[in-house]
Amino acid sequence: MRQAGSKVILLVSKVDNDKCLRCGGCVSVCPVDCLLLDEAKGIIVDAKKCTSCGVCVNFCPVGAFSLKKED
Amino acid sequence: MLFKNEYDVIIVGAGPGGSMAARVCAEGGLSVLLLEKRQEIGAPKRCGECLLNKELQYLGFSDNENFIMQKLDGSVFVLPNGKQKEIPFINFYNVILERKLFDKALCYKAAEAGAKIIAKATVVDVLKTDGKVTGIKAKIDGKIIDINSKIVIASDGVESKIARMAGLNTTNKTNNMAPGFQYELAGIKVKDEKKQYFFIGNDIVPRGYIWLFPKGKTVANVGIGLVEPKEKTAKEYLDDWIKTQPELKNSSIIEVNSGGIPIGGLLDNMVLDNFMIVGDAAHQVNPLHGGGIGEAAKAGEIAGNVAIKAIKACDTSQKALDEYNKVWWTEHGEKLKKIEKYRKIYTDKLTDRDITIIFESINGEMVSELARGRGAEKLIKIMLKNPKLVMLARHFL
Repeated sequence: MRQAGSKVILLVSKVDNDKCLRCGGCVSVCPVDCLLLDEAKGIIVDAKKCTSCGVCVNFCPVGAFSLKKED
Repeated sequence: MLFKNEYDVIIVGAGPGGSMAARVCAEGGLSVLLLEKRQEIGAPKRCGECLLNKELQYLGFSDNENFIMQKLDGSVFVLPNGKQKEIPFINFYNVILERKLFDKALCYKAAEAGAKIIAKATVVDVLKTDGKVTGIKAKIDGKIIDINSKIVIASDGVESKIARMAGLNTTNKTNNMAPGFQYELAGIKVKDEKKQYFFIGNDIVPRGYIWLFPKGKTVANVGIGLVEPKEKTAKEYLDDWIKTQPELKNSSIIEVNSGGIPIGGLLDNMVLDNFMIVGDAAHQVNPLHGGGIGEAAKAGEIAGNVAIKAIKACDTSQKALDEYNKVWWTEHGEKLKKIEKYRKIYTDKLTDRDITIIFESINGEMVSELARGRGAEKLIKIMLKNPKLVMLARHFL
């Protein structure tokens, strides 16, 4: 998930916490343990750990995840 | 809020697994702290709310409790070809719960036994000395507090972090985690409120099923669970199906739930020094139907009993707690492993046509037996005698 000419663009998992139902299923499948479920805020992504593998994107029952360019 | 800074056992997560472990430990004379991160125990649910009557009795409840919304007398399977197969319950029945009340009732029992329970208490880390768990760091009432214990039991659900913090990697594979999505719908007309309905077929839900569990004549939990959805999310599959159901199309949404259902990935080891995991956090779920209330509670009881014995013997090492692995695997794990095999046949091998043929050829009791990990030999015998099924028997061998 990293290219675009010579410039390296890093994609990370982003979650729409308005859509998120706080079920935490994604936390269980994240292979690098970069997700945390906070009751109030929703899912918090540790961008440093995220490898943009997309497992959470495919898993999420409500489609709250997407891979986006890191801010 | 009064609590001590040291307990025999700290349990993280007040679902059925955690509250059962808490009750057992407290009844065994241990001092117990049960922490729940939510502000209300049991809500929001992540559950279809269906429970076997025997498990209800096992938990110490009658079938007239206030949290029982509906007693069922059978299942209806709606097959891929649209035909219905009705299977009455024999020697058992299911009930549909109101989890919010049910989980609280379990906690009332734990509290009566002497456990201390605190809601809206988030465990942010585990405490360790020489690499061994010695307690937890929790946020209670906005303050970060260290609390020590001889044993920590993690029953913190699918999103379990406690096990990983303690040093046990519980990450599950995606093909062992079914995304689930559910509405509690009201204003519907349930054909027979004493039946649980299952809708199967690749067109509506590939590698999974849709359920309709009535909570009365006009209310039902309508949900979906499936393995590795490709084209759509679980929610989209369910929404699209509901649009095709005249009696559901104009219903009202009372609750929206989602969840990850561990339908595989049982753990060989669930203990460390001073540490055990229970329930969804340890993937202890029936892999075929995805039910986990009874499994979690029974594991909680075993873990509780092992904790009592270990603390009385002043040995809470991994070796001593390994008894939990042994007892759980003998009493429950082996059976769930078998059911996982049947689940994989269902989700990975059988076509719609195969499923229709099987349902049309076997009796209902067999379906219930398979869901409990029994009766495969009997099924194979029947299949081998039936020319339509003989080729499918190989999957079960």
